[in-house]
Amino acid sequence: MTTDSQPSARALRRDPSGGWLGGVCAGIALRYGVDRTLVRLVFVVATAAGGFGVALYALGWLVIPAGPSTGRRRLPTGRGAVEVALGTGLLLLSVLLTFRGLGIWFSDAIVWPLVLIASGGALIWRGSGTPVAATPQADVPTAALLKGETEERSREPGRTAAAISRTGIGIALVIAAGLAFLQATGALSAARDVLLAVVAAVVVLGVIFAPWILRLVRSLTEERSERIRSQERAEVAAHLHDSVLQTLALVQRSDDPQEVAALARRQERELRAWLSGRPPAGQAARLAAALESAAADVEERHGVPVEVVVVGDSDLDSNAEAVVAATREAMTNAAKFGAGSPVDVYAESSDGRLHVFIRDRGPGFDPATLPADRRGVRESIVGRMQRHGGRAQIASSPASGTEVELELPARSDR
Amino acid sequence: MSSPRVLIVDDHQLFRSGVRSELERHLEITGEAGTVEEAVSAIADDNPEVVLLDVHMPDGGGVEVIRRAAERDMRPCYLALSVSDAAEDVIAVIRAGARGYVTKNIAPEELADAVRRVHDGDAVFSPRLAGFVLDAFAGPAPHPETELDALTPREREIIQHIARGYMYKEIALRLEISPKTVEAHVSSVLRKLQLSSRHELTRWAADRGLGL
Repeated sequence: MTTDSQPSARALRRDPSGGWLGGVCAGIALRYGVDRTLVRLVFVVATAAGGFGVALYALGWLVIPAGPSTGRRRLPTGRGAVEVALGTGLLLLSVLLTFRGLGIWFSDAIVWPLVLIASGGALIWRGSGTPVAATPQADVPTAALLKGETEERSREPGRTAAAISRTGIGIALVIAAGLAFLQATGALSAARDVLLAVVAAVVVLGVIFAPWILRLVRSLTEERSERIRSQERAEVAAHLHDSVLQTLALVQRSDDPQEVAALARRQERELRAWLSGRPPAGQAARLAAALESAAADVEERHGVPVEVVVVGDSDLDSNAEAVVAATREAMTNAAKFGAGSPVDVYAESSDGRLHVFIRDRGPGFDPATLPADRRGVRESIVGRMQRHGGRAQIASSPASGTEVELELPARSDR
Repeated sequence: MSSPRVLIVDDHQLFRSGVRSELERHLEITGEAGTVEEAVSAIADDNPEVVLLDVHMPDGGGVEVIRRAAERDMRPCYLALSVSDAAEDVIAVIRAGARGYVTKNIAPEELADAVRRVHDGDAVFSPRLAGFVLDAFAGPAPHPETELDALTPREREIIQHIARGYMYKEIALRLEISPKTVEAHVSSVLRKLQLSSRHELTRWAADRGLGL
């Protein structure tokens, strides 16, 4: 019934998913190919022989690393964990007392401290080794329970508090075990002298070595910040090399003033975006960045400066994308037919509306006489806006150039 | 029309000489300065009427020049000229007292025109500065009782037109008001920008260590 479905493991590993407590027995059974019930029986018998089995099990739990847990079965946590721990402790106590009554017993001076050390050690090791062993949700009540606080605390402090209090209780138990052992063997006063000597030695050594240690710590900190600085410098250098230096090299090799200007403009945009921490073009997820990158594209393709001013910003939903696409088309038209005049783009996102103006100072045209085959304006600008519940308006005159106005609700209603 | 006497302050030699050669055809250039120190003493010595001021310089930049000149009771007109398009930099130098802000890629004729307008007491808003202003004054005013803290609908309309790339004359034509009225509205916006207690502006100023 317990034939192993897992591949035979060469190394000795605990099997938390197949065990009752820490999976020590299951792990040993798995490693040596025996029935885990048999291993458990051995431990129970060993426990009957003066609590030896319990100590051995605790040692195994601490020393043998956990195998790959399937997560199927975990240690109970939260309020349940405390109850289970309490129950187990009481059961163990009754068993021990029974053995004591029956006379199967080493001596009080050994068994009680051992029990204390085992439980304290388990707490400390569990707290430090696997801080997130418990599921987060279940861990918060533990912290609340242990510290007598409400559950309103956020998870992180709660978990830390739980770990700290667990470690604290563990340390107290271990110290208590040590004291109990010393007390029982009558060596407590001797230990006090030793302790005094140790404290004196620590203080003396501390005074002697304090400056050196301080210096060491300080130089380590300095070295660390220096390392961070040089990393940052390397990053900046790498970026400048990939962008600015490359562009400068291209500029030196180019004879075409228009191309040089376009290169310079594009580099300027990239550098500005980088300096202001905006995502580089192509990864734009916000309206402003998307408009900027569309403008840079048009500028590069047609060699006409495009100035973009954005007031407010919004997420790039389907409507905003439509506006960006229509704006791109309008910018392209302005660049193509604007006789080389700069293109001004102004976009405003406020009160749930997107409003974009694209303006050039070119010769202008009469929208009414627009040939039917000019699909750019009809479909890509006017039609697109209407499909998204907005509108597009084109004002053009020879005196003042052309201005396209786009207006749209910011969110798609569909 | 008398041409104003202009001082060029910028820490880049190349840029100074470029602007100088472009402006010399239109205006009288009294000198150049490359540091805050030089700028303050040049203002004292040459008594320029308009100072073309770089926003970003070592030792405090344009804001510092305006402050130290004011300490010595010298108050020429300042026109900020910068590649910076960080809102806080631009707003800071405007709040310190500059009468306008233009970007360095402005055409020479437009720059000369802007200098003249500043000299005549007008405010000069580039589309980008107009965008900053609209951003800063967006949303409801924190103190509704002080009318300083909001733009009037008309002012907003005009600033919006500037952001869209319209010249003052074109705005006047479109809104059917006189160019002088446009000027008056723009000056009023500049005044609000310099005096307003809006928290966005306060924050920008505080970020730059200017206080209020």
